[in-house]
Amino acid sequence: MDKKIQVERLKVFFEKNEVLKGISIDVYRNQITGFMGPAGSGKSTLISTFNRMIDFEENVRIEGKVYIDSIDIINGDVNGVDLRRQIGTVFAVPIPLPRSVYDNIAYGPRLKGISDREELNKLVEDSLRKAFLWEEMKDRLNISALKLSGGQQQRLCLARTLALKPEIILLDEPCSGLDPISTAKIEDALSELKKDYTIILVSNNTKQIARISDYSAFFYLGELIEYGTTEKVFTNPSRKQTEDYISGKFG
Amino acid sequence: MRINPRIVDKAMSICLSSQAFFTVGILIVIIAIICIKGFPYISFEFLFSSPEDMGRHGGIFPSIIGTIFLVFLSILLATPLGVGTAIYLTEYTKESRFTKIIRFGVESLAGIPSILYGLFGFIFFVIKLKMGWSLLAGVLTLTIMILPTIIRTSEEAIKSVPRNLRIVSYSLSATKWETVIKVVLPSAVPGILTGIMLSVGRAVGETAAVIFTMGSSLRLPTSLMDSGRTMAVHFYILAREGISMEKAYATSLILVLSILSINIIAYYIMNKVISKYS
Repeated sequence: MDKKIQVERLKVFFEKNEVLKGISIDVYRNQITGFMGPAGSGKSTLISTFNRMIDFEENVRIEGKVYIDSIDIINGDVNGVDLRRQIGTVFAVPIPLPRSVYDNIAYGPRLKGISDREELNKLVEDSLRKAFLWEEMKDRLNISALKLSGGQQQRLCLARTLALKPEIILLDEPCSGLDPISTAKIEDALSELKKDYTIILVSNNTKQIARISDYSAFFYLGELIEYGTTEKVFTNPSRKQTEDYISGKFG
Repeated sequence: MRINPRIVDKAMSICLSSQAFFTVGILIVIIAIICIKGFPYISFEFLFSSPEDMGRHGGIFPSIIGTIFLVFLSILLATPLGVGTAIYLTEYTKESRFTKIIRFGVESLAGIPSILYGLFGFIFFVIKLKMGWSLLAGVLTLTIMILPTIIRTSEEAIKSVPRNLRIVSYSLSATKWETVIKVVLPSAVPGILTGIMLSVGRAVGETAAVIFTMGSSLRLPTSLMDSGRTMAVHFYILAREGISMEKAYATSLILVLSILSINIIAYYIMNKVISKYS
């Protein structure tokens, strides 16, 4: 299968603390890949290297290679701004910008230089539809995004990311603060979206990973313990630690 | 034995509210005296004609214009400089000895009495740079004087914008500068405006620094190199030289009213921005 992201012996240090201890993993195109593991396992750090958001942390040292479409984004001459147009992020806590629903979604496209009203309208509608939010929002595009419920805000954040037309979407525990119905809506949206995007879903919720991801990776203390198809990892894990984590014995 | 908590609460409530009333009361008394003593002498002629006989007769038109020019131009210069410095200190540098020194300097400058700024302006702008007593020398001096306030308040306002908003902006492919312009500054506007308003108040009411640098000519200033007199200076001279207490009170009433209207306009602008970015 087609590899979208290839990670080779990636190490990340915060000061002297080794947070990622030589990770190698391939992420496949148009699949949902679930990253799971207890807090401190390094899964969030790993995805923050993919879009170089890690550059905003202080005292970080990175070793190893991360190829996206065969381009090394760690050592190569890669511009973080261009990279983040290609790789969108949805964070654990929904963080709407203090402005209207419309302006939130148009934020990224406007940065790209799109100012044509028609084009923006279409982008906003498309993105909201893909995030399963259009029906709720179509008459309320001009209200403040801060007035939406938590679940709506998180789908707005997803729509805002989609409006950038990225190729990869990183979701860092996107449902951690949401109720089951909002979570289901996000999961439905993701299952649809994988046709056009490569999706990485970071989650503590093993059931969620089992439900919607095609591939699953289990991280523990900065190491990749197990990686394979979700079916294989959840029904027949090769490592004891994975089995313990999935069955809820720790984590 | 513990005093009955209800009595303590009641007593403290009375104590604190009387303090509040006392503070506001003094303000009201001052404004009332100015209104009562000044209002009878305010007329169209007072506002729109030139003073005669050192200000004993006639109006204060030149000093109204002088005040507007001086304050407007100082704010126009100090705001971009001050906000720019604050952006640099908060967004573009890491906390280091260098930023600590700048911050310490700014704080020290904020505490210097205005007459020292006046003397500096007199020696440097008026004499050394040969500007003479002029609007320009006054503007430059006041700009230096209000800069620390604008820097400090802007810095606090910018710092209070949540880091999360910046992270989101970066993640949506914004550069640092785009993030500052589109996310950080709009959220910081109320705080920045507060600093500007404090500075306007200081500039409008300033006498010492102005007399030394802009002089106290009664003529209408028509260029940057003209001397002129602000309302505050006019009021000071009228009262101090015993020229006309009536005209002095009338002038101070106009002074108070103009500060009030500037504040109202600023709140209006602030609400516009807040409603767009919320």
